Amino acid sequence: MPEITYVVPDGTSHVVDVPVGQSVMDGSVRNNLPGIVAECGGSCSCATCHVHVDEQFAASFGEITDEERDLLEYAEDVCDRSRLSCQLVVTAGCDGARVTVPDSNG
Amino acid sequence: MSTAPANADARVVVIGAGHASATLAGLLRQAGHRGEIVVIGDERDHPYHRPPLSKKFADGDLEQWIRPADFYREQDVTMRLGERATSVDPIARRVRVDSGEEMAYDALVLATGARPRPLPVPGADLDGVGALRTLGDARELRTWLDEGRRLVIVGGGYIGLEVAAVARSRGVGATVLEREERLLARVASRELSAIMAERHAAAGTTIRTGAQVVGLEGSSGRVRQVTLADGSALDCDAVLVGVGAIPNDGLAAEAGVDCDGGVLVDEGARTSVDGVLAIGDVTVRPVPGLDGRRRLESIPSATEQARQAVATIHGAEDPTPEVPWFWSDQFDLKLKIAGIVRPDHDVVLRGDPVTGKFALFHLADGVPVAVESANASPEFMAGKKWIGACVRVDPTRLADPNRSPRDAVVS
Repeated sequence: MPEITYVVPDGTSHVVDVPVGQSVMDGSVRNNLPGIVAECGGSCSCATCHVHVDEQFAASFGEITDEERDLLEYAEDVCDRSRLSCQLVVTAGCDGARVTVPDSNG
Repeated sequence: MSTAPANADARVVVIGAGHASATLAGLLRQAGHRGEIVVIGDERDHPYHRPPLSKKFADGDLEQWIRPADFYREQDVTMRLGERATSVDPIARRVRVDSGEEMAYDALVLATGARPRPLPVPGADLDGVGALRTLGDARELRTWLDEGRRLVIVGGGYIGLEVAAVARSRGVGATVLEREERLLARVASRELSAIMAERHAAAGTTIRTGAQVVGLEGSSGRVRQVTLADGSALDCDAVLVGVGAIPNDGLAAEAGVDCDGGVLVDEGARTSVDGVLAIGDVTVRPVPGLDGRRRLESIPSATEQARQAVATIHGAEDPTPEVPWFWSDQFDLKLKIAGIVRPDHDVVLRGDPVTGKFALFHLADGVPVAVESANASPEFMAGKKWIGACVRVDPTRLADPNRSPRDAVVS
């Protein structure tokens, strides 16, 4: 199972096995990690699951959609590595990826 | 978590097992809570997402658990499902459940939600007449769509319109009967009501406003006809009632907790009674920018109050109040609304409703106080931010879709 590392708002790192086909958001919620709020349950509606993906793993996840880009445009703490973790579907190629959760997801 | 919060060993009992409770239980553990957490819920299902009940009841995405069942075990949260709390003694700090068992608490959180408002007319108990609140309700509605050809929806609010949209997309005839003079009268602006009425009409839904249902007629115990105050009647195979919800505040009121159309709470989810908090649809709560308190039936409100309750239980400061927001999916329109719409605002339209991509900004003296958007996430996110920050905008620039919303900010 791919391992994803979450750096949560208090600075601590958590390594989680996330099943292929689940999202980076699912992995966080399932393990009750702080930071990813996921109010809308993963329907790309709320931007409360915003993460920064480490550069070397950016290409491991699917392309950003217009809808996701639109939601991120006005989110807090946005950078060019920003993604909504509900849209980051984990594949075998994501093993070892690291995401940082900003302290602004509500 | 290196240091435990204050009251980390408190025994927390939560009554109700919906979105607010599931969120609260997870957040308490995230914050380092060590004490027992007990959630009492009268439904047998683990907490689930309710929005799909009206949006996705016809497809495979109906059952969406807020957390998998194992989650609660792993987080050491005791789920007492299929049990009903029958009384609260706030002096002795004890809750009694329907089996007669009593349990002690240090902090009690009322998250009892709301129930559908019944239609007070003869025939409302016929088969084929129902409301939509639970997974069971949604499953039943799905069978109606599979079997029936004509669905009558009483109530032109969000639930009714979402169901109408699904029905039409499945080729089922839908008629929406709304007592007020327009759809979404209680929650949306006149402008959004008009746009949505047009959209639903174009999809083949019959909309009748100013329509007062006075009775339901059936044969062999099953509903067949809806009668209106003007004497007209509509044939139907099923009737979905979506005329609002009533907060389940009876337990609170009996325990001496101040209620006024719901459990009254402050910015920390505190009720009038020491040791008793309340969160979610059952509450009447302060809303930033509004005088008084009101009920906000929404997930963002429930999760915000879950955060407030955690802070209060742990003796932390009240979190900064958030801008309320809501969402609804109808056809290909993803509606997102932030703030509270009032009739005295100036309305600025950005985009073209015909394209299905637009935003209605509601301004008070040039400051956005609400935004109603469809397929317009940047406008929604910008509007929500502006409402919270009390930013002044230029209405002309805001209305120009060729300029970034950012260009509209004046100060």
